[in-house]
Amino acid sequence: MSAPLPVFVAIPLVTAFVLPALGARFKSLATFLANLATIALLVLAVMSVGHPQVYQVGAWSIPLGINLVLDGLSSLMLLAVAVVSAAAMLFSVRYTEQYTAKTKYLSLFLLMVAGMNGVVLSGDIFNLYVFLEIASIASYALVGFGCEHEELEASFKYMVLGSIASAFILFGIALVYGNTGSLNMAYIAKAIQELGMNPGLAFALSLFVAGFGLKAALVPFHAWLPDAHPSAPAPISAMLSGVLIKALGVYALSRLIFNVFGVSVPVSWVLIALGVLSMVIGVFLAVGQWDFKRLLAYHSISQMGYVVLGIGIGALILARQGNPLWASLAILGGLFHLANHAVFKSLLFLTSGSVEMATGTRQLKQMGGLIERMPYTRASCAIASAAIAGVPPFNGFWSKMILVVAAVQARLYVLAAVTVLVSLVTLLSFLKVQRYVFLGELPESLQNTRENKGSMLWAMAFLAALCLFMSLLVLVPSLRNLILQPAVDTLLAGVGYSATIVKL
Amino acid sequence: MLYALCFLLFMIGLYCAVVKKNMVKIVIGIMVMEYAVNLLLIMLGYRLGGTAPILGGADADGVTKVVAAQFLATVVDPLPQALVLTSIVISLGSLALMISICIRTYAKYGTFDITEIRRLRG
Repeated sequence: MSAPLPVFVAIPLVTAFVLPALGARFKSLATFLANLATIALLVLAVMSVGHPQVYQVGAWSIPLGINLVLDGLSSLMLLAVAVVSAAAMLFSVRYTEQYTAKTKYLSLFLLMVAGMNGVVLSGDIFNLYVFLEIASIASYALVGFGCEHEELEASFKYMVLGSIASAFILFGIALVYGNTGSLNMAYIAKAIQELGMNPGLAFALSLFVAGFGLKAALVPFHAWLPDAHPSAPAPISAMLSGVLIKALGVYALSRLIFNVFGVSVPVSWVLIALGVLSMVIGVFLAVGQWDFKRLLAYHSISQMGYVVLGIGIGALILARQGNPLWASLAILGGLFHLANHAVFKSLLFLTSGSVEMATGTRQLKQMGGLIERMPYTRASCAIASAAIAGVPPFNGFWSKMILVVAAVQARLYVLAAVTVLVSLVTLLSFLKVQRYVFLGELPESLQNTRENKGSMLWAMAFLAALCLFMSLLVLVPSLRNLILQPAVDTLLAGVGYSATIVKL
Repeated sequence: MLYALCFLLFMIGLYCAVVKKNMVKIVIGIMVMEYAVNLLLIMLGYRLGGTAPILGGADADGVTKVVAAQFLATVVDPLPQALVLTSIVISLGSLALMISICIRTYAKYGTFDITEIRRLRG
């Protein structure tokens, strides 16, 4: 059985407003409640897999009211958000002891989760915008949570670019409403099918690409990410890089392009170009970094490039009326990499937080030899590094291999070569991390470093185990048909999405 | 024509947010952008000489169909107004956060000039 859809938004939202009332005196109760909420969301998300449904808010029928839609793609995103937020919340239990306003932190965290769940469930374009703003505003505040010089600066930069992106998206929504007379995605898709594209709609689509591209930090729009993600507290960096840029950026963009506007050749090339630029530029900027978290942030840009590339190749094959099997493979690669990236990048940010908490620094050059002092952190960091670099048994290898095969099948040989090359550079830069953080000489100043205990270890172990076993999601056919294939089919269905929703 | 003016206002806001060096002016630029979008939304639903979209009980009795058709022909589209209300509330929230970050930054750096607030790079 599966829970009614508003529960996914209601649980974190209600908890978020209850927590600040508890205040500093009941801090441990607040932490417990917050963890309970994220774990409950994880359980509900797992239970809802394979139960597509449409929920009409307030029992208003669809064109009048707002609807929430749980289909394959939403289900995958919901699961990713739930997994990463449960792990990050568990990690926060100890990590945020260093901040004074812990209940406010927990409350903002849950608001962000509520916003993301709302974005992935919403079947109404304006409702999507509202949830997107809830998640964004909570994340602006969380980036500046430390209130030090760098954090405030990063938060302001993030906020300015984020607000400009939101204004673009709202402008696009206004144009879409003006041209189609509806805000429901299914009805918009139907109207666009009947009317055909006109200049207003094309302009709206380009506004959406720019707006959601800014939210997803794809390369021409990436300037805020390397500042914002390292400045946030480590569990929040894990959330931002792990799921926020995907739910707000890539998910919303692919939902609109595939299911609402319908794929076309120029748009697919735009996606491919954004993906390749992000992949290449992100990884080369990352190699030169000496700040642990900043290096990870640049890799987020690069890995998001893989996701967008996969989705773009799928769109191109679909738009050219090619073999849908290969389109399905490309999209599968992109979405599987999205899920994988959510797991291994949040694990990497958590290990960086663990190292930072133990040593007090993020500079690679000031660390070294931590392998004896922090064996568990080291082990999980090594697993995540191998996964992101695409070393065989781990999940990252499978998704990258699917992407390369799909690129070759689409006769985009150059792109396949670039994918492999970027993967090698990624491996190089993570060897650098391993070498400078965990191997080599232990500096004098770090002689007293201790491994972090308790919940932080559990959170890292949970994600590391996922890194090992997630390859089963594509290798075992029944699991693939349960989780990934419905998500791929949602995008493949294209504008047929509207028929599904209206019928349901 | 009026839509083009809206777009012009949007671009003025964008220009202000991108080019200006003062944090407060950047915030003002962003707000100009958001209000340009709000104005566009309102104009989409407006109808010259339209009436308020309120159907009283008294209007409905008698020849219901004629009244309803007349109502639909003259009424202003209420949906954009609801959207704009929501969007104003959202932009109020983000404006409050932006201004408070400006204030905290001023307390730390002693300036609003973003060319002098540059500790992050790379």
